[in-house]
Amino acid sequence: MILEGTAWKFGDNVDTDLIIPARFLNVSDAEELGHHCFEDLRPGFEGLVKSGDIIVAGKNFGCGSSREHAPLAIKAAGINLVIAASFARIFYRNSFNIGLPLLECPEGSFDQGERLKANLKTGEITDVSKEKSFQAKPLPDFMNAILDAGGLVALVKAKGIL
Amino acid sequence: MKRPMTITEKIIAAHAGAEYVAPGDIVKVPVDTALANDITAPLAIRVFRETGREMVFDPDRIVLVADHFVPNKDIASAQQVKTVREFAAKLGIRHYYEPGRGGVEHVILPEKGLVTPGELIIGADSHTCTYGALGAFSTGVGSTDLGVVMATGRTWLKVPATIKVNYTGRPGAWIGGKDLILYTIGILGVEGANYRALEFGGPALKHLSMDNRFTICNMAVEAGAKNGIMEADEITLAYLKDRSSKSPMVFRSDPEALYERILNIDAASLEPQVALPHSPDRVKAVSQVGRVNLDQVFIGSCTNGRLGDLEIAASLLTGRKASTRLIVLPGSSEVYLDAIKKGIIETFVKAGAVVGPPSCGPCLGGHLGILADGEKALSTTNRNFLGRMGHPGSEVYLAGPAVAAASAVLGRIAGPEEI
Ligand code: SF4
Repeated sequence: MILEGTAWKFGDNVDTDLIIPARFLNVSDAEELGHHCFEDLRPGFEGLVKSGDIIVAGKNFGCGSSREHAPLAIKAAGINLVIAASFARIFYRNSFNIGLPLLECPEGSFDQGERLKANLKTGEITDVSKEKSFQAKPLPDFMNAILDAGGLVALVKAKGIL
Repeated sequence: MKRPMTITEKIIAAHAGAEYVAPGDIVKVPVDTALANDITAPLAIRVFRETGREMVFDPDRIVLVADHFVPNKDIASAQQVKTVREFAAKLGIRHYYEPGRGGVEHVILPEKGLVTPGELIIGADSHTCTYGALGAFSTGVGSTDLGVVMATGRTWLKVPATIKVNYTGRPGAWIGGKDLILYTIGILGVEGANYRALEFGGPALKHLSMDNRFTICNMAVEAGAKNGIMEADEITLAYLKDRSSKSPMVFRSDPEALYERILNIDAASLEPQVALPHSPDRVKAVSQVGRVNLDQVFIGSCTNGRLGDLEIAASLLTGRKASTRLIVLPGSSEVYLDAIKKGIIETFVKAGAVVGPPSCGPCLGGHLGILADGEKALSTTNRNFLGRMGHPGSEVYLAGPAVAAASAVLGRIAGPEEI
């Protein structure tokens, strides 16, 4: 699958409290959560981000709490893909489970507002603005299986896996 | 030939029905106990329903705890707790706890004997790693994983490589689990143990009570770890004796087990430690922090809300007054009652503290002590991310109960020796 969108740049160790502050966790409706995505870190993010945009970040993206509300909020805000140098492990599982793809690309260097194109199957990320390509780590087979099925629940239902 | 294994690998292998497992293997395993709370359970329940199952895999192996926004802080929180309560009643889940019966999840599961050595626990809360202190493999996941576990009783795991942390020497009088783990996270960094198991051992452990050990394993995730773990010993088994009727399966790491990295830390030479805003790995000895005036001190949470923690704080507050706002939330009803019997609650109240209900409270910025713009707090909790306890312009410093009590008295960050 090829995804194309505009980059929103974030730094290292973006934690789940920054993605969706705990005061908004008294609901679990994805759309409502999306309205508050990055509210403290990037006030107004939700109004600026466009459907299909891509987050690019540094190390350890999604560290901290296990709240699945974090990837849900990102996805509901319109983000289609997160590219980071590395991800915290619970966030990694949660994102694939709900159908938000992630690519781990330690070598990538992208700037705010650039046009990016990513091939989920091969892991190739093209910076259309700069005409440069980077290779992300290929997705493990199990993550591909979850994505292809449309999330963990769909996989469990279809294949009776686990 | 049989490969030597770490305790983490052994527990996973035993559950996977494999003779051995190695780091990187992806295995499917049965789960002994599944946990969720008032924030993560509503989503997990939705996922469980989406699986189309009518029944959970085993109603006695699911634990649901309302602890984050309780006693319900607003209508939306009340609705969430209601969803969980009704689900528990409908599906016959006995282990459902709300305030008055329970407390903070990671305090009450061990207390109620719901975790024994050798088990595999999956919880929709990142601090599920706390139970490694009992020699169990326990790790945090999100709500979808947990919803699927509730339906199938199974999950998948990637076997983690292990980093071994050896604590040597006898810790000083005011040094507790919090100081050891903060110091360790300071060395490893917040990503230093990502995807790894953190195995804590060494001769210093025999000087540490279960309360201190829970604190250490609780914060393994602050270094990114999948689980924190310790081998069960006499202290563990004595703790479990009156709490659990289950027979423990005690696993030990083989002497030749392979570790990705080994850290040796001399506990005898440690000063009390403090983590500076806004990251748990910005750690300094308390004497190196400099002058930081405080608005609030919070003592509580799944990290330091146990009886041993309250005892240490109370020993420093006896006959003294706090000069900051001081909020104390015992970690559970059992801790609360024991603290009342020992006169500890009286000490806190006389010192000017407000003692509230067992709840996560301000730990995650929920309620019962939220910070305003520009305010500084010292907290015995585990995370000090930007905005974690309130306004994004507030600051949180993390420390153990001795530093918390001394700091409350002096109104600035201070070590227990200073009062
Ligand atoms: S006390 Fe804090 S860290 Fe522990 S479970 Fe509650 S919110 Fe999470």
